[in-house]
Amino acid sequence: MAQDTLWIGTRKGAFTLRRDTGNRAWKLAGPQFLGHIVHHVVQDPRDPRVLVMAARTGHLGPTVYRSTDRGRRWHEASRPPAFAKAAAAAKPRAVERVFWLTPAHPNEPSAWYAGSSPAGLFRSEDGADCWHPVAGFNDHPMFPKWSAGATPDGEFLHSILVDPRDPRHLYLAISIGGVFESTDGGRDWQPMNAGCAADFLPDPDAPFGHDPHCVAMHPKHPDRLYQQNHCGIYRIDRPATRWERIGANMPKSIGDIGFPIVLHPQDPEVAWVCPMDGTAVWPRTSVGGKPAVYMTVNGGKSWRRQDLGLPRSQAWFTVLRQAMCRDERDRPSLYFGTTGGEVWASRAGERWRCIARHLPEIYCLAVAH
Amino acid sequence: MACTVRVASPLRSYTAGAASVDAVGHDIAAVLADLDTNYRGIRFRMIDEHDRIRPHIRLYVNHDAVTSLQQAVHPGDTLHLICALSGG
Repeated sequence: MAQDTLWIGTRKGAFTLRRDTGNRAWKLAGPQFLGHIVHHVVQDPRDPRVLVMAARTGHLGPTVYRSTDRGRRWHEASRPPAFAKAAAAAKPRAVERVFWLTPAHPNEPSAWYAGSSPAGLFRSEDGADCWHPVAGFNDHPMFPKWSAGATPDGEFLHSILVDPRDPRHLYLAISIGGVFESTDGGRDWQPMNAGCAADFLPDPDAPFGHDPHCVAMHPKHPDRLYQQNHCGIYRIDRPATRWERIGANMPKSIGDIGFPIVLHPQDPEVAWVCPMDGTAVWPRTSVGGKPAVYMTVNGGKSWRRQDLGLPRSQAWFTVLRQAMCRDERDRPSLYFGTTGGEVWASRAGERWRCIARHLPEIYCLAVAH
Repeated sequence: MACTVRVASPLRSYTAGAASVDAVGHDIAAVLADLDTNYRGIRFRMIDEHDRIRPHIRLYVNHDAVTSLQQAVHPGDTLHLICALSGG
């Protein structure tokens, strides 16, 4: 019987929720890697038996684990992501956490990308076993300016996006740093932040230094990108080079701050966000303690609140950037995990149901097939 | 002659649960290289890509804190691999 599987990466290990398709009851399993900080778990769409996990513990260095049997057994990467060894006089960057994983293009079936904190881009050619720094980005002459490193935990490289039409066409984001594009397989990069606000910078029109929290490319219409930024929700339709602030159409009492953004698997007009409180000292909790997802069906021209089933008050959790996802159905199941250790599910955002609670702080969710 | 390596619990997944293993080498770098040969991957969890001891790792030879991977190790010494954990 077909199963729905949801991988849950938490601050204290990895868990799974499984159910037989069509059955309402989810069964929680795990933990695996109890005590490990699991930043990302990703299934390989090119070979669904393969899963890759970015993990570390509080004291040990970062690493990557791979599974080729849908997560039953895991093997540590022989050569985890690491920066090139620096000259003795330099102040070198060392990978503190592997934060993001992206399978490369379908024509490169064993290739993967990884993003780290401090910001670094890495590539594996052998199924996530041996990783190598992408010098075109990590050693770009502009990198020291692009990667500001001003946030308390250092900057994070995330949202590595591969154009399904061209494996050389890549996007990535640094929080804080901005969105960057490469059209030559990562040898060179250009900032792509025009139109995005950076209210915390002295120059509101700065070409980089922005804080994209999550960037998503529509799988069927890869010229359309959406972005949930520290300063708003944006959309761009390439080859345009200027982002449009579609978050300006959100209710003013809610604002357009948050971490994740999730796109419909087929319809490029449909997206979901999970707004967070970005006022004053930036609590980054659900606005007013009343969590809600907001959905657009028209590319961000308008937004609809979807809070049926969610707590009506005094729910002050945060949904992190990798902690919201959907499946591939035409009317997709949506999931989000909270910093309070709950997993919520709905069909297209219409009625939310808590399907797991009492877990550690949730860092990422991933639907597996 | 080998030295003894005392392995902190977070690293014992590499040593099949062993709390104490033997390794050879004339200095810390060589001992860690030997450890990594036998327990692949263990070194990178303690030492970063620039050969620096990671922030929450402490190494001791007998009772002396290690500050350099070039510090000498003698046969019969004990190298302690310590993980410094704090918070919740």
